[in-house]
Amino acid sequence: MQRIGVFVCWCGTNIAATVDVEAVAEALSHEPGVVYSTNYQYMCSQAGQDMIRDAIREYQLGGIVICSCSPRMHETTFRKTAERAGLNPYMVEIANIREQCSWIHKDKATGTEKAIILGRAAIAKVHLNAPLIAGESPVTKRALVIGGGIAGIQTALDIADAGFPVDIVEKKPTIGGKMAQIDKTFPTLDCAACILTPKMVDAAQNENIRILSYSEVESVKGFVGNFHVTIRRKARYVKEDVCTGCGLCTEKCPQKKVPNEFNLGLDNRRAIYIPFAQAVPKVATIDPGYCTMLKTGKCGVCAKVCTAGAIDYKQQDTFLEEEYGAIVVATGFNPIKLDRYEEYAYAQSPDVVTSLEFERLMNAAGPTGGTLLRPSDGQHPHTLVFVQCVGSRETRDCGKPYCSKICCMYTAKHAMLCREKYPDTEVYVFYIDVRTPGKNFDEFYRRAVEEYGVHYIKGMVGKVIPEGGKLKVQAADLLSNEQLHIDADMVILAAAIEPDESARSLATMLTASMDTNDFFTEAHPKLRPVESPTAGIFLSGVCQGPKDIPETVAQAGAAASKVIGLLVKDKLTCNPCVAEADELMCNGCSSCEKVCPYGAITYQDKEFRGPNRTTLLRRVAQVNPAVCQGCGACTVACPSGAMDLKGFSTSQIMAEVDAICK
Amino acid sequence: MQVTNEFKPTIVAFCCNWCSYAGADLSGTNRLSYPANVKIIRVPCSCRVNPMFILRAFQRGADGVILCGCHPGDCHYTTGNYYTRRRMTLLFSMLDYLGIEKERTRVEWVSAAEGAKFAATMNEFVETVTKLGENKRLEDLRCKN
Repeated sequence: MQRIGVFVCWCGTNIAATVDVEAVAEALSHEPGVVYSTNYQYMCSQAGQDMIRDAIREYQLGGIVICSCSPRMHETTFRKTAERAGLNPYMVEIANIREQCSWIHKDKATGTEKAIILGRAAIAKVHLNAPLIAGESPVTKRALVIGGGIAGIQTALDIADAGFPVDIVEKKPTIGGKMAQIDKTFPTLDCAACILTPKMVDAAQNENIRILSYSEVESVKGFVGNFHVTIRRKARYVKEDVCTGCGLCTEKCPQKKVPNEFNLGLDNRRAIYIPFAQAVPKVATIDPGYCTMLKTGKCGVCAKVCTAGAIDYKQQDTFLEEEYGAIVVATGFNPIKLDRYEEYAYAQSPDVVTSLEFERLMNAAGPTGGTLLRPSDGQHPHTLVFVQCVGSRETRDCGKPYCSKICCMYTAKHAMLCREKYPDTEVYVFYIDVRTPGKNFDEFYRRAVEEYGVHYIKGMVGKVIPEGGKLKVQAADLLSNEQLHIDADMVILAAAIEPDESARSLATMLTASMDTNDFFTEAHPKLRPVESPTAGIFLSGVCQGPKDIPETVAQAGAAASKVIGLLVKDKLTCNPCVAEADELMCNGCSSCEKVCPYGAITYQDKEFRGPNRTTLLRRVAQVNPAVCQGCGACTVACPSGAMDLKGFSTSQIMAEVDAICK
Repeated sequence: MQVTNEFKPTIVAFCCNWCSYAGADLSGTNRLSYPANVKIIRVPCSCRVNPMFILRAFQRGADGVILCGCHPGDCHYTTGNYYTRRRMTLLFSMLDYLGIEKERTRVEWVSAAEGAKFAATMNEFVETVTKLGENKRLEDLRCKN
């Protein structure tokens, strides 16, 4: 029997308020094998850890149980403590008496009783713990960044600067993302293209960065340090290395009526196109959905005009197989679809636009060349109504429950730009709350109100009715308690933002978890904000939650530094809690191999002693500990009970069940 | 401690480390309450739960067993929860045949973000099992002191 030490943490008052920690320590001291039991205010503090270290040495403890917060929080901390005292780190068990006890129960007697039972279960388990030694696996010193917006570009640049090769996979024909579509940025009002496009060029010219545009991740296998990724390079029907980006084909193509997605369908492009003038890589792409040659085999104008001979109508999708040590997700966002918001007449009137569409209408490179014109008749609008929180902070299921964070600031920017360029316009902004936390943000909003004379009205717009070339806006002013009727020329909707639709399937491929809104979850909301709970997967930008550009760039840098921290290592310690086959019990039936998602199980013919001094050759399972991730599927599939999982063995879990049901 | 005659069922909850255990932690972080009868055992994946563990729990006097894992398609180990779903469907129908009511056993998908769902599920499950009363069918009386 092991010599067990029990350490009950108060966690200040977090545990001590609803659990009688002294009674718990006392009760657990009578459990079999327990030779030392104590309680302390903060076990995770230096003093608490020293206490554990000293007790391990003084009482020659063979296993310790910490009754404290969740093992997801401090298991590693206490394992390191044990290691410092010379105890195998896997001889530590945590009884979760904070998140799963003291924070749940208000009654002290109930809490104490439950804490004792949880402590007992942990003691029963630790008796059966065996010292484990972690193996090592090599690290592929390359990173993959999925998404080529500002988040992906910044992450890639930072990783490349540290000397590691990076691939950027972008599904669109060019990198740049949403920031490339933006006109000016708050709160400085500098032009987005002027700060983004040099970074795009930097990325293209950096010898450590390879840009795989018009490509998508097809499958991901492997684990931290050793990811095996298949990338689909979609056929763009133009040879990327031959095309010079002269753009002649995009002028001569006879198919002129293709909605231009870069301008959000506000104008048209050709079937062969370069998304925008500063695109990186600056290579034409043929849209197979519209190209007459690809659809009917009759046209070929682009091939005729291309002096470089870059057009290749027979191009097929190709697949790249690559190895990476770390993967950064930077898949970004999209504004939500507004077809379920009939009250704003978005579908009925072209003069009701989203903020991103308005951004294109104000942009010098946009469909109107930077002059603000109504999409319906090309006239200069005089009265503009901005509606905030369209789909954000919405409890109905057509919207999003969260705050999209950026809308207050970009609406203030739009309102300000309108008044600055066209002082004859009247600008109204309808809001629920104006949220401007951020450096120089509130000053910016106040300037919009005080210097630029933007009318901010607290209240929501009830209905927008297109009538006689005008948009009749019905709204309520909540502060003066009045009904307002405004005849507007344009209505601009600050649509909520949501994660890109590719994020969900990507999360499944990466086995990274997501929240209920499809944002990627971080390993810890405060302490590990740029890592996914899945080792080796990092998060950058809006895929993790709504953010503006400065925050995205900061997070991109943080993700890059975490990736660099991983890639500089030559070897990684593997999780030693892996499956193990008992050769004497295994009969080589292959049940375990079939359920293993990692292909970690192989079979080997081994010699065993048979009856009458004969030797028998038997087929037995062998687990590759570097590949096994320790899910335990095989342990249940095994009909003879030969397969067991270290750290979560059958006997350990049974012991816990027994302790709980006592 | 006050002794009451009110029946308090013993509930064993197996939670996978990546989703449901984190979901249970989250319901604690959000201070959502559920009955203290629920005791959680952490497993790496719901597919680690051997039907034997559930039988053992009933044998030792548990009144209900609930198994929580990641939502189908979101398993940290890609396919673990699909195995769970198949295995438990079989086991639970067999237990039902033996007289362990279907309501005493349950598989629930709780993600790391669903603290509220975890608490609600536990509240509801405890209520259902309390109504069913004590589990006597499979309990091994030799295990009783």
